[in-house]
Amino acid sequence: MSKSLLQIKLYLGYIFFCSIGFASILDSAHLKLSQYNFFQKPMKKLIPTPGVVPFHLATPLFTDYAHKLRFIYLPEGEKITYIDGESFEFPLGTIFIKNFYYPADFRYPDKDWNIIETRLLHHTEEGWVGLPYIWNKEQTDATLEIAGGRQDISWINEAGKRETLNYHVPNFNDCKSCHVYDGVIQPIGPKPRLINCDYTYGSGSMNQLKKWMELDMVRNIPHPNQIPNTADWENSAESIDKRARAYLDVNCAHCHNPKGPANTSGLFLEYNQTDPRHIGIFKPPVAAGRGSGSHQFNIVPGNPDASIFMFRMESNDPGIMMPELGRKMVHQEGIELMREWITNLKKD
Amino acid sequence: MTLIHFLHAGFEKDFQTKLILAKEGDTLHIPSGKHSILSTLSLDRKANIVIRGSGMDRSILSFARQDAGAEGLKILNSKNITLENFTIEDSKGDALKVQETTGIRLRKVKAEWTRGPHPDNGAYGLYPVQCSKVFIDSCIAIGASDAGIYVGQSTDVVVKNSEATLNVAGIEIENSINAEVYKNHAHGNTGGILVFDLPDLILKKGENIRVYDNLVEENNLNNFAPPGNIVGTVPAGTGILVMATSKVEIYNNHIINNKTVGVGIVSYFLTGLSVTDSLYNPYTSSIYIHDNLFERQKQIPSLKHELGRLFFLKYGRDIPDIIYDGNPDPQYLTEDGTPQPGTEFCIKHNHNADFLNLEINLNFKHWYSPLFTSFSQDKSVFDCELLSFTVNKQFP
Repeated sequence: MSKSLLQIKLYLGYIFFCSIGFASILDSAHLKLSQYNFFQKPMKKLIPTPGVVPFHLATPLFTDYAHKLRFIYLPEGEKITYIDGESFEFPLGTIFIKNFYYPADFRYPDKDWNIIETRLLHHTEEGWVGLPYIWNKEQTDATLEIAGGRQDISWINEAGKRETLNYHVPNFNDCKSCHVYDGVIQPIGPKPRLINCDYTYGSGSMNQLKKWMELDMVRNIPHPNQIPNTADWENSAESIDKRARAYLDVNCAHCHNPKGPANTSGLFLEYNQTDPRHIGIFKPPVAAGRGSGSHQFNIVPGNPDASIFMFRMESNDPGIMMPELGRKMVHQEGIELMREWITNLKKD
Repeated sequence: MTLIHFLHAGFEKDFQTKLILAKEGDTLHIPSGKHSILSTLSLDRKANIVIRGSGMDRSILSFARQDAGAEGLKILNSKNITLENFTIEDSKGDALKVQETTGIRLRKVKAEWTRGPHPDNGAYGLYPVQCSKVFIDSCIAIGASDAGIYVGQSTDVVVKNSEATLNVAGIEIENSINAEVYKNHAHGNTGGILVFDLPDLILKKGENIRVYDNLVEENNLNNFAPPGNIVGTVPAGTGILVMATSKVEIYNNHIINNKTVGVGIVSYFLTGLSVTDSLYNPYTSSIYIHDNLFERQKQIPSLKHELGRLFFLKYGRDIPDIIYDGNPDPQYLTEDGTPQPGTEFCIKHNHNADFLNLEINLNFKHWYSPLFTSFSQDKSVFDCELLSFTVNKQFP
């Protein structure tokens, strides 16, 4: 590249950098969730309007036991392009809609929802933008709250015990802290390998990718048999290793990958990572501070109690816990899975 | 300070909203009062923003009740940001973290953990990392469980007129290029001023560091860093310590009553840790220590650290001031074993300075089995001068 061309590129880059403001992003965002028309009335049932397609992920992110309902909206006539098992390319105007709610009693998950928030991830001309909407008490609508929010909530868990929580809705900047890959804001969950599983539609159960093909939403996509899939972390028919790696992939690897915000740590937890040191086995911490819990290594095979991994998963202290954001409770079931995985890891 | 805002939600939400909506050229004010903040405050992808309080001891962001986020205030991917006249208190992790930002100015900003030294305090007070044009002036850092003022993996750095006390490391410059550290007061820490290069980081090699006109005194605090962290290897009673860095000039400092090491110049091997990073250089080179004033009362060095125990066995309460591990970078050695001109370890015109060369290569098969017989205290072989390094002074 000639020097002058390089200079022009740098200059354009600078203009682009300086023009990243919020005003233009706000212009394209509605103040009320109802204005997008994603849901039929009454909104609180979260029944999508035509063209808004529900989906779930083979293994989801843990968010303080919140239940989630995800949808994708594509602009009319636009299609997703399949790249490979790791990625889709979503057209401009795509909006992911993720609703966070707590049933009053988890033993009856379809009844008495308290919908807390709906996060939109909107593919705009300026890139992906994350927008948090907080639902009103009447559950009739949600309002854009760029500074996030808090709400005291409670529910009965599966064991019949009451849980309480000061729920934390992330702010506009928090969205970015997880969704940045290679310096650019990106969706995290909707990867082909995480979508490649069954979903119970109104018409019955079906592979989600097949459904998307049937709806003519995706171009260049091979048969789902030829697309890798990530394990369901709760599926006891899968191996512990696959379940644990799926859990790490979804809960950690959005930051802990070679191009993510935690790349300074050298701890990389993507599903396809094979280097034991990068996964954390006998890896000393780099700048963990008191997050090390006085342990020497991230993972000591066979010894979860000596592993920094468990120390940070089992903590609720914001200066220690991992993930840093998105939870205030410990994920008991996730911890049990990780303990079993580390206990069974071979030492060599 | 009488005004305490327990009804925090109003201020926190309002201020975070301002941080998100800020436009180029905006000044955001932090009013007087102690504002209780529950989550990390953050500024992301902004240019030319000033955040200003009405005084270091008047405008206080208190994170004592923080329950979300790993930092107090976090600034990311920005350009020309100025912070001044406020305090960040009792954050659960780092007080202020500034990452991947070009042009960060801190003036009269204080980071403090109010309970004093404690291993559960956050790691870093004022913490610019992966930044360029870092300017820290008249700031204060108190109580960090790693470093009070910590500049890591950054380029073109000034730290001046600042005070660091009751931290493990007072001021630390790590894996950084072109740094001037002057007119600071580092006292009552475990180590006063540290200049380190560590392995496994993205910016591999720090160089061009000048440390001058500082008062470095009574840094004798017990090391309270959580185990497993590199700063936990610093002995209590360290004035200035340079590890594995090149082109460091230390001059005109007053180095007073640091009980174990006045000025230490060591390779990474002294940590006893193994190096797997093939691009990392564990040695020091081009070190120039001159015109410093040393004073040291006779006192027992730290016996919790093997260096301190070694010094005590050898010298009792009257231990040397300048300690060199005698481990030059082999790539710069000429055939006769002396360093190439310009890469030497030089000491000159220091007042009151006894010298000790550990001659680590001769004396230690393993660090933990010292044959403490043949240390050299001959500084004549290191009586040389290096040209002052060119440090970019265009940044104010």
